[in-house]
Amino acid sequence: MLHFQRWKVILVFGIVFAGIIFSIPNLIPTSKLKDLPSWVPHKQVNLGLDLQGGAHLLYQIDEKELVSDWLGNIRGDVRETLRSNRIGYTDLAQNVAGRSVSVRVRKPADLDKAFTELKKLSLPIGNDVFGGFSGNNLDVTRNDSGGVTLTATEPGVNDRISSAIQTSIETIRRRVDAFGTTEPSIQREGRNRILVQVPGVSDVQRLKNLIGETGKLEFKMVDPSADAAEVASSKQVPPGTELVYSSDEPPIPYVLKDQVLVSGESLVGSQPGFDSQTGEPVVTFRFDSAGAKRFGRATQDNVGLPFAIVLDNKVVSAPVIREPILGGTGQISGSFSVQEANDLSVLLRSGALPAKLTVIEERTVGASLGADSIESGKKAAIAGLLLVIVFMFAAYGLFGLFANVALFVNIAIIFAVLSLMGATLTLPGIAGIVLVIGIAVDANVLINERIREEIRSGKSPIASVESGYSRALTTIIDSNVTTLIAVLVLFLLGSGPVRGFAVTLTIGILASMFTAVTVTRMMVAYWLRRARPKVIPI
Amino acid sequence: MFRGITLVPADTKIDFVGQRAITWLVSALLTVVPLILVATIGLNMGIDFSGGTLIEIQTKKSPANLAEIRGKISGLGLGEVQIQEFGAPNAVLIRIASAPKEEEQQASVAKVKEALGDTVEYRRTEIVGPTISSELIAGGTIAVVVAMLGIMIYVWLRFEWQFAVAAVASLVHDITATIGLYAVLQLEFNVSSIAAILTIIGYSLNDKVVIFDRIRENLRKYRRMPLVQLLDRSINEMLSRAVLTHVTTFLAMLPFLFFGGEAIYGFAVAMCFGIVIGAYSSIFVASPMQLILGVRRDAFSVSGEASKAAKERAGAAARA
Repeated sequence: MLHFQRWKVILVFGIVFAGIIFSIPNLIPTSKLKDLPSWVPHKQVNLGLDLQGGAHLLYQIDEKELVSDWLGNIRGDVRETLRSNRIGYTDLAQNVAGRSVSVRVRKPADLDKAFTELKKLSLPIGNDVFGGFSGNNLDVTRNDSGGVTLTATEPGVNDRISSAIQTSIETIRRRVDAFGTTEPSIQREGRNRILVQVPGVSDVQRLKNLIGETGKLEFKMVDPSADAAEVASSKQVPPGTELVYSSDEPPIPYVLKDQVLVSGESLVGSQPGFDSQTGEPVVTFRFDSAGAKRFGRATQDNVGLPFAIVLDNKVVSAPVIREPILGGTGQISGSFSVQEANDLSVLLRSGALPAKLTVIEERTVGASLGADSIESGKKAAIAGLLLVIVFMFAAYGLFGLFANVALFVNIAIIFAVLSLMGATLTLPGIAGIVLVIGIAVDANVLINERIREEIRSGKSPIASVESGYSRALTTIIDSNVTTLIAVLVLFLLGSGPVRGFAVTLTIGILASMFTAVTVTRMMVAYWLRRARPKVIPI
Repeated sequence: MFRGITLVPADTKIDFVGQRAITWLVSALLTVVPLILVATIGLNMGIDFSGGTLIEIQTKKSPANLAEIRGKISGLGLGEVQIQEFGAPNAVLIRIASAPKEEEQQASVAKVKEALGDTVEYRRTEIVGPTISSELIAGGTIAVVVAMLGIMIYVWLRFEWQFAVAAVASLVHDITATIGLYAVLQLEFNVSSIAAILTIIGYSLNDKVVIFDRIRENLRKYRRMPLVQLLDRSINEMLSRAVLTHVTTFLAMLPFLFFGGEAIYGFAVAMCFGIVIGAYSSIFVASPMQLILGVRRDAFSVSGEASKAAKERAGAAARA
């Protein structure tokens, strides 16, 4: 009891010292921390969105749209394949609910060939999570009506969703980065969701507009022969054209030709700027070489006619082509504000989302509420700590003092580990620290009560302390393990702030086993050796 | 030297288990009445579980003019809307019932912000769509069940099945009593309530394990003592520890009730209650349940020979 091996003493001192050193940056304001020399630890605890303010947005990708887009592509591929093999076909149709495309072959003699050729459309899905082969993306079968049916397989759909999520994450990242906030987190959640967390953002509506916009850009010719107002009222759209409205208020109708001159995929760059003549905010863009060629040809053929710049099925502007645009650059003007021009250029630069994203959960905390929460959390935690310290001293005297010192070390270690791990402190996390205080103190209460019992049974001071510690230990471990089980479940199944609570509690409980048992024991041993008491004051 | 105040004298002998006729009734009421309360008054379901939209605003003028805000919002056609003061006199909470589609919820928030304009500060906006709310309900239920199972297995491995059953039964008691508190006070029941319940489970169990540990020790030590007496002895021996620990944890949590802020208030109320109810159920539910479940004394004996003897003696004691 009285003698600790040297390496043990050094280890314990090392841990306590490290805990204190690495928790200190949290006591220094961030602004002053920057001025300190580089060898001083700088890492502070990350504050959760509930404490520093920010937006938590959970998006779900539109699976139906994704599948129906895919079926559209498959239909195109089927048409292409049959045509190039000169196989006559009829009734080419897609069935979104059944996730399939079916086609009938005109001559029964062609059926075998059609089947063999269409089978080539079914591709193996390369890499699932385990890097293994998980089947083909399409199931190609002969159907009852003398044709072929191509059905999207489950792994095929999942693969489609996965890659769409991947693309969306990259697109969202480019858009949020342009927003200029610090450390946004964008990650996949489950099968078809993306969680976007942006700390410290104030204009959430603008953020949502920027993320949620599909960003599909198309250049189309306006049909000069149709009267847009008349088409809009009669709803009779001439064949080969479509009716599209502008984003103005009230919306202006345009009749556009179906054919897409150039689409957003051909864009290589986009910048906000100002028109050299009017000084209005505009967005300039640049095409890649193929896009530039196509756009050049189209403008050459249509000088004097209006064309439309369409973003997500809304006409942004419809300028008249004054001269052929051959350089592959252009500008969009549409009476934007500076911010709108900026956001549009970000949208164009970042590329389009593969499918619509819907916000299914949103939690936004304003910076002032976050600051208030920190303030009140701090106040309550300090008050709680003070009450505990006074109470422990009142209950156990000197041994209460030992427990209190251990408690400080415990809290320091919690902050040190949280800082080093880059874990997040949430408001429930602060409450978690308080609960840890209760649990840590419980360990010392168990030990001290045991010592009292041993003294009453007539043991010598040193023997009482000795068996007090050793016999309380199994109880402490058992009771802490059961608490950890509940906390582990919280961590695995909880989200956001609740998870922060679980992390804090876990670190705290583990640290408490060290501080409340080992650290106090060392203090008690030192005191016993120094004071050589006849009775233990407990 | 200052030795500290002794709150519970060492020779305290209260017959806790002896009073079990009364305490069983109390425990049964604490378990059943909450279920009736939930069925009749119901829980104040937060948007986490019911879906919907919540907007917390702060007006520049204090106190906030609720009638004016209500007037501005009622004309928007948002369905069921609740407007109430929240904590401070200039803080207002606007709650909009769930819409069947997520897009509509987004549109409602935009409408409210347009109607109120920049005259107020938007402190917090929470929108939970119908998809998420049903998942959160399932997730919360699974969490509680999984935690109970894990705990049961651990206690079973470390002690005996009787202790595991007693632990889980008393945790069920704690959970229903806590849910009853939510119903009585009409505190918002949300994801952090589930966190509170899981924490109470962890804390309360911690306390039960400490007493079980002592019961096990005494079962080995006093082979002839009748079980009622042995249980009472175990509880009394741990009474000083129980009082000290629960008082400290309670003291640590208490300030959160008064100045922890609105966001944590419900959690703090549940935790303070949970500390008390957990302490109660350790003494009045988990321990006397050993009488019903009939813990085997030989399970904790050192050798087989001793266990046989203990069994006979236990049998004799039971007959006596």
